[in-house]
Amino acid sequence: MEEKYIGHSVERKEGREKVTGRARYVDDLAFPDMVHGVTVRSSVARGRILGIRYGDGIPWNEFTIVTAKDIPGANEIALILHDQPCLASEFINHPEEPVVLLAHPDKYLLEEARRAVRIDVEAMPAVFTIEDSLAKGTIVWGEDNVLKAYHVDKGDVDSAWAAADVIVEGEYRTGAQEQLYIENQGMIAVANPTDGVTVWGSLQCPYYVHKALMPLFGLPAEKIRVIQAETGGGFGGKEEYPSMIAAHAALLAWKSGKRVKIVYDRAEDMVATTKRHPSRTRHRTGVTRDGKLVAMDIDLAIDGGAYATLSAVVLSRATIHSAGPYVCPNVRIRSQAVATNAPPHGAFRGFGAPQSVFAIERHLDQVARAVNLTPEELRRRNFLRKDQTTATGQIIHEDVNFSGLLDRAFKESDYHAKRARFEKENPGATVKRGIGFSSFMHGAGFTGSGEVYLASVVEVEATAEGCVRVLAASTEIGQGANTIFSQIAADALGISYDRIDVAQPDTGAVPNSGPTVASRTSMVVGNLVEKAALNLKNTLVESGLLCDACTEDEFVRACKRYIETRGTLRARAKYEPPPGLHWDDTTYSGDAYGTYAWAVYVAEVAVDTVTYEARVSDFVAVQEIGKVIHPVLAAGQIEGGVAQAIGMSLYENVVWREGRMANGQMTNYIMPTAADIPPIRVFFEEQPYPFGPHGAKGIGELPMDGPAPAILNAIENATGISLREIPATPEVLMEAMAEKAGALV
Amino acid sequence: MSETVEKIEIACLVNGEWRSARVYPLARLLDVIRGEMRLTGTKEGCGEGECGACALLMNGAIVNSCLVPAAEADGAEIHTIEGVASGDQLSAVQSAFLECGGAQCGICTPGMVIAAAALLARHPHPGDAEIREGLAGNLCRCTGYQKIFTSVVRACESGREKSPGNR
Ligand code: FES
Ligand code: FES
Repeated sequence: MEEKYIGHSVERKEGREKVTGRARYVDDLAFPDMVHGVTVRSSVARGRILGIRYGDGIPWNEFTIVTAKDIPGANEIALILHDQPCLASEFINHPEEPVVLLAHPDKYLLEEARRAVRIDVEAMPAVFTIEDSLAKGTIVWGEDNVLKAYHVDKGDVDSAWAAADVIVEGEYRTGAQEQLYIENQGMIAVANPTDGVTVWGSLQCPYYVHKALMPLFGLPAEKIRVIQAETGGGFGGKEEYPSMIAAHAALLAWKSGKRVKIVYDRAEDMVATTKRHPSRTRHRTGVTRDGKLVAMDIDLAIDGGAYATLSAVVLSRATIHSAGPYVCPNVRIRSQAVATNAPPHGAFRGFGAPQSVFAIERHLDQVARAVNLTPEELRRRNFLRKDQTTATGQIIHEDVNFSGLLDRAFKESDYHAKRARFEKENPGATVKRGIGFSSFMHGAGFTGSGEVYLASVVEVEATAEGCVRVLAASTEIGQGANTIFSQIAADALGISYDRIDVAQPDTGAVPNSGPTVASRTSMVVGNLVEKAALNLKNTLVESGLLCDACTEDEFVRACKRYIETRGTLRARAKYEPPPGLHWDDTTYSGDAYGTYAWAVYVAEVAVDTVTYEARVSDFVAVQEIGKVIHPVLAAGQIEGGVAQAIGMSLYENVVWREGRMANGQMTNYIMPTAADIPPIRVFFEEQPYPFGPHGAKGIGELPMDGPAPAILNAIENATGISLREIPATPEVLMEAMAEKAGALV
Repeated sequence: MSETVEKIEIACLVNGEWRSARVYPLARLLDVIRGEMRLTGTKEGCGEGECGACALLMNGAIVNSCLVPAAEADGAEIHTIEGVASGDQLSAVQSAFLECGGAQCGICTPGMVIAAAALLARHPHPGDAEIREGLAGNLCRCTGYQKIFTSVVRACESGREKSPGNR
């Protein structure tokens, strides 16, 4: 197949709409009969609801008021488990729990009304940390606070310690992180018993919302319709929470008979919606004197918040990535997601992997020091290679060349020369400079048998004019899905890119191609787009209207003839797993992912010993991601992910007070600005993956994994201070430096 | 309470056209532009002056419209993102954003395009530090800013920022 568009940076499909301000996001949509909705939340972390009071001075008869009693079906937000209510009716399990919904045409009055509602709660003991949850003094979820646990066992760790010359232990922590897409979440709903429920919104996964609305209203699939509006960023934050807002807007619409819009303001979005799971990882690693890993014992815990939501899946990815891209004959991983009385933590780019990659990549620098090897030499002696096995026992069939990636990253970053120079210049300097790196992998697509269960479907349809539309539920959220799908379809059909368009995701019109998550859209869904397009062409060939090697004009004529004589010209493709993949959910072993992206990232930092500020001054990202479909979009994914990860490493600090985010504003929760981000230099190695479209692998999440440990390794190189937690804010650095100075006295 | 405050009539020259609206004096200019005037290209990201998604030009100066009371905009000349292209002809900044990948999800883009044009009006050939400084009031969560920097450089290379919206 000729690659006329694949591999080239064609114009982004919806780019013009975006640069001219014409793209319509949910808050840009307005309808004449529309009213606004707001959510009244609990303010205590845990307790029993005694009553709801509606204060004086508000014309309550003008308002639509919804409580749990008004829910026509089941009071739940269906996801994996059914533990999270749509509106709390009796018990409160976190401080942002929704209890009452209000709707009114006047936004200003609505805000006053929200403040006039009092929810009386009898407080109950609550749990706010991983440690308290694990101590099980207070049980806040299920029988033991454990939302999910996994065991991974490879070899025999207990008998392997004897073979180790050195054992290195360490504990590592990562904080919560807010996705901070610049478009706040929002939904518009119309709902009534005759027509059912329709919602428009800012979301990643139309069929997740669809699945949640069915039991809530007790309606069949065809009575629920979910349509994605242009979406201003997601990063996982619009994976599961949109179901909640859609449910709320739809309940208000159902009761009021009006179209209802709920759009969160920044503060509500920050405090109430999901964030990255905080984590704590303990490593105990046995290594020989010559730097061979002989045993890895990993104990990992993440804070899931008040309900199960996606924690089981986040934990799964964290678990599988926790031993890194290294070969070790004996590995034991014990992992748990535990409940606390914070709003549920959820999907955020990387999905558990950034937490566990941070731990292993910080830890290996400590291991290297313990055996007197450089960080790179220790890794080189243990890198996973072809035909070797990962912690889950997956045999790697690709020709992974980590040493090559490392060489390239060191060359591009001038690693060795800089390390030598900083060592010379740092003594006596107030601004200390350092350089560090991390090597890591990211599994693309759903874990284990996930893709088989999803059984995604894509369709394509041609018009009599010879234009082709891709029908999929995969959403454009800034990553470029529309563009990539169009490139793939155009090349498969041998027609021009301008002839392709991608349908707006609408559960009433597109098949379920699965959620837009897990770096699966280009690799898994893109492959289905290609197959569906080839099937469409095949239909024309088999009907005798087209020869295999056709021109664009011939294709256009064939479409016209086909539609005139036989009707609709549509084709589909359904997911089939690559041959030979085996995964065992009970032992948590086997082929965790169809493939991985592999990477080495190098960070250079400058640490000011007077202000205690650390800055990233240069960044090199080298990765092997199969075929690069669109160089500009691909680099944009890496750069954007690295910037978010720099935020996670140094700036973005969620301050918790009794389960509630205390700094829910952009003024005090600090994400990087144009002035904070260094040059990010991105390099791709391409080794085509046979089961991705033209060899492409997933890349969206990869760049979130590597920067944090690289940056903290660089800080250690600069200052000699080995930080074990992120974010490494000035407060953390100040304390660590004071401690080090104290220890020296 | 809001009902007791009288609405006032304001008029502004928006993208070259006089527009008027009846609004509460303390209503945010952002809401008036997006609501009463139905120009939804200007976005809200934070509502507190931090993100720049709501940036527009008021009397030639870049402002965060979420911080401007409507009454203050009475009589002002305003340029929003809708006025930047002339018909189908994109401005140099817009073309550069399109070519260089300066827009991903696009929600920061209207504000970014306005800020970039304002920057180029001040510094026709900005250096790296000036670009960073000039865009530091506009947050983008998608791009990591690199492609936005490239877009600005490309725009000044193509150097044809002439339309009034780009001053
Ligand atoms: S919305 Fe005005 S600065 Fe963010
Ligand atoms: S492109 Fe999404 S916030 Fe900038």
